[in-house]
Amino acid sequence: MNTEALIPKIGVVTDIRIDTPDVKTFRIVGLDGKKVFEHIPGQCAMLSMPGVGEALFSITSSPTNKDFLEFSIKKCGCVTDWLHQMEVGQQITIRGPYGNGFPVETNLKGKDLLFIAGGIGLAPLRSVINYVRDNRKNYGSVQIIYGSRSKDDLVDYREIIDEWMNDEGIEVNLTIDREQEGWDGHVGFVPNYVKELNPDIRKTVLMCGPPIMIKFTLAGLKELGFQDTQVYTTMELRMKCGIGKCGRCNIGSKYVCKDGPVFRFDQLGELPNEY
Amino acid sequence: MKKLSLANLDAFFAKIADKQALYMPIENKAGQLQFQRWTEGAKLSVGCNTVRSAKDFFFPQTENLVDFKVKGKEIEIIDSRTEKEDFVIFGVRACDVRSFAILDKVFLSNPVDTYYKSRREHGTIISLACTHPEETCFCRTFGIDATQPEGDVASWITEDAVYFQPQSDKGQKLLEKCGALLEEADESPVLRQKQQTKTYLDKLPLATLSTKHFENKDQLEVFNSEKWAELSEACLGCGTCTFVCPTCQCYDIRDFDTGKGIKRFRCWDSCMYSDFTKMAGGQPRLTQLERFRQRFMHKLVYFPINNDGEFGCVGCGRCLKKCPISMNIVKVMKTLEGEEK
Amino acid sequence: MQRIMAEKAKELLQNGTVNRVLGWKKGEFVYDITPAVFNNTEEIDAEFVYDDFCANNLSKYLIKESRKEGKVLVFLKPCDTYSFNQLLKEHRIWRDHVYAVGIPCDGKIDLDCLKKQDIQGIVGIETQNDNFIIHTLYGDHTIAKEDALAERCLNCKSKKHVIYDELIGRDGEVLDSHRFDMVEKIEAMTPDERFAFWRGEFSRCIRCNACRNVCPACSCENCVFDNPKSGIANKAAADSFEENMFHIIRAFHVAGRCTDCGECSRVCPQNIPLHLLNRKFIKDINEFYGTYQAGEDTESRAPLNIYNTEDVEPSIVYKKGGNH
Repeated sequence: MNTEALIPKIGVVTDIRIDTPDVKTFRIVGLDGKKVFEHIPGQCAMLSMPGVGEALFSITSSPTNKDFLEFSIKKCGCVTDWLHQMEVGQQITIRGPYGNGFPVETNLKGKDLLFIAGGIGLAPLRSVINYVRDNRKNYGSVQIIYGSRSKDDLVDYREIIDEWMNDEGIEVNLTIDREQEGWDGHVGFVPNYVKELNPDIRKTVLMCGPPIMIKFTLAGLKELGFQDTQVYTTMELRMKCGIGKCGRCNIGSKYVCKDGPVFRFDQLGELPNEY
Repeated sequence: MKKLSLANLDAFFAKIADKQALYMPIENKAGQLQFQRWTEGAKLSVGCNTVRSAKDFFFPQTENLVDFKVKGKEIEIIDSRTEKEDFVIFGVRACDVRSFAILDKVFLSNPVDTYYKSRREHGTIISLACTHPEETCFCRTFGIDATQPEGDVASWITEDAVYFQPQSDKGQKLLEKCGALLEEADESPVLRQKQQTKTYLDKLPLATLSTKHFENKDQLEVFNSEKWAELSEACLGCGTCTFVCPTCQCYDIRDFDTGKGIKRFRCWDSCMYSDFTKMAGGQPRLTQLERFRQRFMHKLVYFPINNDGEFGCVGCGRCLKKCPISMNIVKVMKTLEGEEK
Repeated sequence: MQRIMAEKAKELLQNGTVNRVLGWKKGEFVYDITPAVFNNTEEIDAEFVYDDFCANNLSKYLIKESRKEGKVLVFLKPCDTYSFNQLLKEHRIWRDHVYAVGIPCDGKIDLDCLKKQDIQGIVGIETQNDNFIIHTLYGDHTIAKEDALAERCLNCKSKKHVIYDELIGRDGEVLDSHRFDMVEKIEAMTPDERFAFWRGEFSRCIRCNACRNVCPACSCENCVFDNPKSGIANKAAADSFEENMFHIIRAFHVAGRCTDCGECSRVCPQNIPLHLLNRKFIKDINEFYGTYQAGEDTESRAPLNIYNTEDVEPSIVYKKGGNH
C-alpha cells in the first residue's frame, strides 16, 4: 500500500481502444514502463487529470496481465469527458488499488460461475473473466450472459468473439435490446434472457450493470431458485478519498470504496437501502 | 503533581511560547471563545468551550494536499509539505481531548493519513478540567470525566494556582522544560475541586442521558424508524452542526488552478449538504431527511459498529448551542429511544 | 398568549379551515425551540410553545409547506409578515394553501446576550415586570429585558402586521428605530478602517451556509455557490478574500428584497453582524430612490427593478464624498 494514500503516481497512457461510441479502453503503465501496481479482480483505482478532477474506475485488466492496467471508461461527466479526448502518450495520475475485489481465491474457487453484465457493467467483470481463463483449472464451468443497447454498444466485442467464444468450457450468450441489421444473435433485455437460458441454480453469479437491470435480473434469479448468498455485484457511489475516510460513499456502516465495491446480496440486505 | 502559582501563569506561557507556538481559548471580538495563538498580554479565557472545536489543529478546514505542474502531456507531482513546527494547545476540555481519540480511529487507521498524523506528532495537548459545566454538556454520557481530562498533561485551575499532571512522555518533557516555575504539590486542592464539580455534573439537565438504546443496535432498525421525518422536518441543511462538531471529519477533495499550477486541496464537507453524494447519474440521498439521518446514524450506529462500540459524539454540546433550529443529537437520541418505550 | 394561540390552532384544525399548523415546538431546555408542523390537536397540546425564545421566522418554511396538499396555518410575528409578503411578491409561496395568523411580539431573547454577561448553566427563566429572573446551576440572575433582547428586537422596525388572515391581539405601528445607527458608524470610518472591520468580522466565517439557508430572500432552487457548473462553487476559498466575497455577493443578491428580518445574524454561529451589510443596502436604497421597505406590500415594484429618468446617476457615489 502506498504510504502517501492521497498523493497519486503518474501513469502514462500507452494505448487507447475505441470500444463503443461512448466507451474507450485505456492502457496505462508507470513512468518506468511497468505496471503501476498489482490488484485483485474487481478492485478500483483513482484516475485524475489535475485541474479537471479525480474519479474512481474499476480496473478491467486481469491481474494475470503483468504488463499494464486497463480501464474501460464510459463518457458521462467532467473527468470522463476529459479522458475521452486525450491522446496516447498523455500522462494522468493514478492511485490505488482500492476496495475488496471479488473473492477469486476463496469463495469463488472451484465454483461454476455465471457472469451477468449489462453495458459498461462488463468492465469490472472482464478482470475476473480473464483471471478465471488464465487459471482455468481452479474453476468450474463459465457462462457469460452479456447484453447491451445495440451491437455497437457491446464493450470488448472483439475480445469476446475472438477469445472468449473460442475458449473451451466457456459459454457466451450475447443479447441486444432491439433488432439490428447485421445481428443474428439474441434480442431482448438481460433479465428475460437469463430466465430463458434457465441456468443451473448451483452456479455462483457475478452481476454488474445498470441498477434497473440488476433489480429485475435479481428478481428473475430468485424465481429460478438462486439465493442472495450466491449472487455478487459491485456498487458505485460518489467517492473522493478511496480509503474509507472522506465519509460519502457509505451504504450504512460499509464504505463502498473500502468494504466494497463487491458485495453479496445477502450482505446488502443487512444494510440500509440507500444506494 | 506539579503546581504553578497563578501569578506566574504568563511567565509559564511565555516559557512555552518561546520555543513553540502556543494556542489557547481567548475571547474574540464577537465575545466568544476561540483557540488563538498566545502572545504577550493575551488573556486565557476559562469559559466552558470554544465555538470551533480543537479538531482544527489536526484537521484544518482547508489544507493543501499536493501540487501539480502540467506541461503538454506531462505532469509533475509536487509534495509541497514543509516540516511543521511543534505546537502546544492549552485549555482543551475533556470532551475535545476525547474527540482526538475518535479522529485517530479514522485518520490513523490503515491507510494512515500522513497529514493528520504529522500534526498529531507535532502537537502537545495540555487539557483543562472543567469547573462550571454548562447545561448543554453531556460528556458523561460517553464515559468522559470532565474533572480528569485525557491529554499529554492534565491541568486544573484553582483560585490561586494551576496544577499539572503529566500523562505522557511528551507531557513529561514539556513540564520539565518549565521546571523552574513549577513546584511539587499536594493534590488535595484538586480533589476538592473535583468533588465540587461533580456535584454540578450530577445536577446537569442531561446528566441521565444514556446511549443504551443504541448499544449493539441493528442498523436497519434505527434506519427504518418513522421518527426521522419529524426530526429532520425543520432542518435547514446548513453545515453548522458539522463544522462546530469535534468529531465530524468528512471531507472533500478538489483541484484549484492558480494559473501557475494546480493545487489539490482538501476541505471540510458536510453530509447535510445536498451535493455531498450527488453524482453525474443521480443521488442516493435525495432529501434532507436522508442527509439528516446519515449524520446521526453515523455517530450513533455506523461508527460504533466499526469501532468497537465507541460512539461518534463526545457530548460537548456545541451543536445544541449553535443549530439555527435547535435540533441536535440529544433530541434525536431521546426521540428514537422514546419510540421504543 | 401561548394558550390563546394553541386554542386558535385547535379550533382551525377542528373546523377544517386548516390541515396542519406551522409553529414552534419546545425543547430540552427553556430556550431551544424548534420550528415544527403539528398535524392534530394532541400534538399541539403536547408540544406547542410560544414564548420569548420563539425567534425563528417561519415564513421561509412556507415555500415547502404551501406546496403540499391542504392548507397550513402559520403564526407570524410582525417582522415575519414582511418576509411572507416579500415571498408572495416573488411567487414563492402558494397563498391559497396558507392561513396566516398574526401574533404579537415583544421582542425575543438572544441567548448570546445572556452568555456574554457570564450567565451559564441556564435551567429556567421567569418574567418579572421588566426583568427576567434567570435560574442557573450556579445561582439566580436578574437581568433587565432590554439587556437580554436580540439587537434586531431592540431596533425593531415595526410592530405592524402587513399581512394576515386573522390577527390575535391588537396590531402595532411601524416604529422609528435606530437600526441604521451602526451603519452610519461604519460609513463614518475611513475606507481602510471599514475594510479592516469587515475583514475582521468575516475572518471568523466557517462557511456553514446557515445565513443563506435560513434567509427568506435566499430562495433559489439551486444556489450558484452549490452549483459546480457555475465555476464559483467552492467549499473552500482560494484565499481569505474569496471567502469574504460569499457574503458580499449574497448581500448584493438580496438587495432590495431583504426585509431586514435579521435571521442571518441570529443563526451565525460566529456572531458575524451580517445584517449590517443588508442594512447598508436598505439605507442606500432609501437615500437614493426614496424610502422603501421590502415586504411592506405585494404590489409595488422594487426600486432596483424599475428605471426612472429621475434615478440617481452612478456618480452619486463620487458626489457624496470620500467615505462612500
